Amino acid sequence: MKAVCWRGAKDVRVENVPDPKILNPRDAIVKITSTAICGSDLHLYDGFIPSMMSGDIMGHEFMGEIVELGSGVKNLSIGDRVVVPFTISCGNCYSCKTAQWSLCDNSNPNAFMAEALYGYSAAGLFGYSHIFGGYAGGQAEYARVPFADVGLYKVPEGLTDDQVLFLTDIFPTGYMAAENCNIKPGDTVAIWGCGPVGQFAIRSAFLLGAERVIAIDRFPDRLKMAKEQAGATEVINYEEVDAGEALKEMTGGRGPDSCIDAVGMEAHGTGPDYLYDQVKQAVRLETDRPTALRQVMVACGKGGTVSIPGVYGGFLDKMPFGAAFNKGLTMKMGQTHVHKYLDPLMRHIQNGDIDPSFVITHRISIDEAPQAYETFKHKKDNCIKVVIKL
Amino acid sequence: METESDKTNQSQSQGDATVSDTERWASIVGGSAMVLMGLKQRSLRGILTAIAGGSLAYHGATTDKSLQEKVTDATGINKAIKVEKTVTINRSAEDLYNYWHNFENLPTFMKHVKSVQVLDLRRSHWVANAPMGQTIEWNADLINDQPNQLIAWASEEGAEVDNSGFVRFQPAPGDRGTEVKVVMEYNVPGGMLTATIAKLFGEEPEQQIGDELRRFKQLMETGEIATTEGQSRGQ
Repeated sequence: MKAVCWRGAKDVRVENVPDPKILNPRDAIVKITSTAICGSDLHLYDGFIPSMMSGDIMGHEFMGEIVELGSGVKNLSIGDRVVVPFTISCGNCYSCKTAQWSLCDNSNPNAFMAEALYGYSAAGLFGYSHIFGGYAGGQAEYARVPFADVGLYKVPEGLTDDQVLFLTDIFPTGYMAAENCNIKPGDTVAIWGCGPVGQFAIRSAFLLGAERVIAIDRFPDRLKMAKEQAGATEVINYEEVDAGEALKEMTGGRGPDSCIDAVGMEAHGTGPDYLYDQVKQAVRLETDRPTALRQVMVACGKGGTVSIPGVYGGFLDKMPFGAAFNKGLTMKMGQTHVHKYLDPLMRHIQNGDIDPSFVITHRISIDEAPQAYETFKHKKDNCIKVVIKL
Repeated sequence: METESDKTNQSQSQGDATVSDTERWASIVGGSAMVLMGLKQRSLRGILTAIAGGSLAYHGATTDKSLQEKVTDATGINKAIKVEKTVTINRSAEDLYNYWHNFENLPTFMKHVKSVQVLDLRRSHWVANAPMGQTIEWNADLINDQPNQLIAWASEEGAEVDNSGFVRFQPAPGDRGTEVKVVMEYNVPGGMLTATIAKLFGEEPEQQIGDELRRFKQLMETGEIATTEGQSRGQ
């Protein structure tokens, strides 16, 4: 089959690789029909994430049709059309049983790597380096899905791929970010970053009852999408004004009730000692990246909530922790518990509350993927979201 | 370095070990503290034997050392490798004990163990993979067996790799399942290099036992062991 393989920093190639096989009883093989490039794939592309190996298959936002099932999967059938959560969850451990799906105890075969850096390992992820399990990703014609009986989610009749594809990651991620804000009537939510996760956070904040949503970015096309399609009440271009000052003036001097960092910092951590220096190097290279989180912590109003869907992996320098402490902020973060949101968000899509396809700017064939990584990385051609059609 | 408490223990345990010693060891093995902190310099095998009602004066349970032991300690040849690892599994102690107690199940999640053959109620024969396609074999004795709570074993006299240990099953608080603790000790009496043992039992014994417990957890909770071996990738 064809697959997008990582060959090194800024080097992904479409290659012919062996088709996936069932390896465990609860596995399924999915023939992929749509698969997206995520902003977090750019961290891999840029080579900021250690524990990638040459030949790893990229991609964690994919859907398609079941073509093969392991002997242990009883609740699905060949031919079912499904979306695939990017977090791999067993459904049996204490974390899964308490709906903390992205903290699954059992899905990372390389848990020892994560434990060395984080103390404990969270769930395995598709196509996201060996510290998170080293699972082959979904920018390919086929993918193997472990714990398919728990992970695969059947798509109801009458919905297109474009409408449901983002249930795999970015829509639940934006939604959980808003949910973590614990929005109350009258609340103002400020959102840093108008990439796809930020766009969904804007919509989700309204779905959860926000009075006002203020979106912050520097790219006019992204701010335009935030205002016109996601429905942000106001937008701020932080290259034109100081976002913190603007927010204070726009909120009667109170500041936002909650702030979402949908930007993140590229550097992922890793386990083995030999990778430690690479992590430090990555953090140094990315010193400007925690800028958003620093701003968020200072700009957030007293007693407010900071919600962090943006990915952080290692060590952050010069965080204004005093601001968080002295304003009594609550901070909530983590990988998305995708499985928890599939039912409610599918209902929102079916009810017509949201059509997630509004973020798509590019639809391409798999052969065009390497070029699309470049376009997306440099935000050329107003690129916000790329979907590979198979 | 010898601490005050070591000295106290030493004076208490001189001559024949007392009943209170055995109780103390039993409480360490059965307690919630880190077992290896309680063990310090003592032999796990001796303590397990004592708790099981064997000779209370079992040689290794006291700190009295033979001349040979003192020499090997000084030269660092006879270095016991002690490992302690704990994992919480979302199953009952009974289920976990029953699976483990069928020793022939163990190679399912212990990667370096090739096979275990149960010889009789007490004895089992173990075959483990060694480097360069070799295998190493030994017989183990079940020295303590408390249903749903504890299984302790020790290799028989003369085993190439002297090893002993226990696995303990304790209910976790608040419906979180069962805490499974493994404590093991390897001794290399025949002058076999520690490095060879390290290769045999994995590069890092701690990581190896930790990985085995993790696989046990995966198997008991999900019915399978998470893997990527054999998946697609660029050549």
